[in-house]
Amino acid sequence: MVINISNLGDTAVYCDFGPEVNESINANVIDYFNHLSKLIKEKKVEGITNLTPSYNKLIISFDLTITNYKKIKNLIEGLIIYRDIKNNNQKIKIPVCCDDEYALDIIRLIEKLNINKDKILELYFNKEYFCYMTGFIAGMPFLGDLNKNIRCDRLETPRVKMPKGSVGITEQFANIYTFESPGGWNIIGNTPKKIFDDKNLDQPALVNPGDKVSFYQITKEEYLNWNE
Amino acid sequence: MNKAYFEILRAGVNTTIQDKGRNHLYHVGVAVGGAIDQRNYTLSNRLVENQLNEAVVEFAYQGPLLKLKNGKINFAISGDILFKIIRKNLEVEDGECYKSYILDEEDQIDIISTKNSIYGYLAVSGGFDLKKTWGSYSINTKANIGPNDGRKYSLNDKIFIKKSDKKNLIKRKIDYDYSPVNIIRIIKGTNFDYFSKDAIDKFFKEDFLITNLVDRMGIRLKGPKLENIVNSNIKSEGLVRGVIQVPGDGNPIIMLSDHGTVGGYPKIGVIIAADLDLIGQLTPGTKINFKEVSLEEAQNIFKAYTKDTNRYLNECN
Repeated sequence: MVINISNLGDTAVYCDFGPEVNESINANVIDYFNHLSKLIKEKKVEGITNLTPSYNKLIISFDLTITNYKKIKNLIEGLIIYRDIKNNNQKIKIPVCCDDEYALDIIRLIEKLNINKDKILELYFNKEYFCYMTGFIAGMPFLGDLNKNIRCDRLETPRVKMPKGSVGITEQFANIYTFESPGGWNIIGNTPKKIFDDKNLDQPALVNPGDKVSFYQITKEEYLNWNE
Repeated sequence: MNKAYFEILRAGVNTTIQDKGRNHLYHVGVAVGGAIDQRNYTLSNRLVENQLNEAVVEFAYQGPLLKLKNGKINFAISGDILFKIIRKNLEVEDGECYKSYILDEEDQIDIISTKNSIYGYLAVSGGFDLKKTWGSYSINTKANIGPNDGRKYSLNDKIFIKKSDKKNLIKRKIDYDYSPVNIIRIIKGTNFDYFSKDAIDKFFKEDFLITNLVDRMGIRLKGPKLENIVNSNIKSEGLVRGVIQVPGDGNPIIMLSDHGTVGGYPKIGVIIAADLDLIGQLTPGTKINFKEVSLEEAQNIFKAYTKDTNRYLNECN
């Protein structure tokens, strides 16, 4: 259930599902997201321009010339949500090269975590992750949860340009920069795999909320010769 | 008859196609995009009698040099822009914004620079002949979405123009009054209470400088360091245009049209919808101040903003 509803500026509604990040709270967020998406598709609600689900929040953007905060808040409070039992979730494997030239923040991580590179990578690769949400720049999957020993804060000053394909970690999460962009995650490697495809209009993102993702290490040679 | 098009003889700094933007894609990480200055975008279309949601060329700082091939069109430029029209016979006319001009085959538009602003808009009668991606013509250079393979225009590219169904090209103009504004109105953000009392005082009382790090994604500000007393990281969550995030270094970042759809820095405030056109136009080196308004006030200011836009649209003659 939504715990608290407030306004994010004058053109968005901020729905808070609770302070924790876990799969069960995230499932509530996705239920609301699916329900509202259906109402929008069936034109049963007007003025909503975007829905942004995340770990434990759902942001509903709207067109202020058509609707307003109060109307959307009333709508949310009146919703009766049923869980969609259909499960279309996939298991996805993603290659990563962790040579020093791609592992941009490995030194920072070694210093902050006080463990060596091999151990960091071992803990990173030896796990299957859950996709909580997709976003930032086209198709970036927000995956969790990392082993407790390799959790680290974001960079104090985000990079202006993060190379495309960068694989990063922060707190209990892992992610992939699908395009060159600014960003503040600690980078441990780079993937040659295409994570977002704008030619696929219905499902452009490779990884979607609810999917399971695992990573495997590749050599620089395999990285450079990657072909899809 | 061959289709009319612009040949790009000089691309300019950041020349793209924009419109109102694309909706319902935040959940896969695609920003709304669209013109940074929505009012000027709308007015440029009005001046050439287009539907108000037609695609236009957006340029930043130095604009493009364009030559018209195969046809005759009406065009108009909105913003605070220095431009010239170079006729086929090499006669040069000084251009005026908010006024439509007839352009003949082989005539050129030389958009020399924006003045006290970053962005300007070029609309042509009939609009540009481009394909929409997810309901919008906007070029998103960060995710390579939209016309021109999602990239900004380069030398020798062509931009094709739709055939206009208007028989007569009518010259129109709007008396537009643009003055840069330094007071930016905000609503408290969802992490407002993460900041110390001292930080909040400084946020509303001191100047913030627009740094050189400005693009269609956002604006990085520099000012007094805003001290966070709770946590300088939050769990990544959705963002919207106008959100002001404050990372660990205490320097605010404002989200614009091509912003990342989620972010993990605390939100101190959100710029009200009516001030988004203005903030996007402020040039590096400008000093701004933030002023708090309530949600109700913001909604009233937005009504006045919409009314003003409509007045300009109606006064176009």
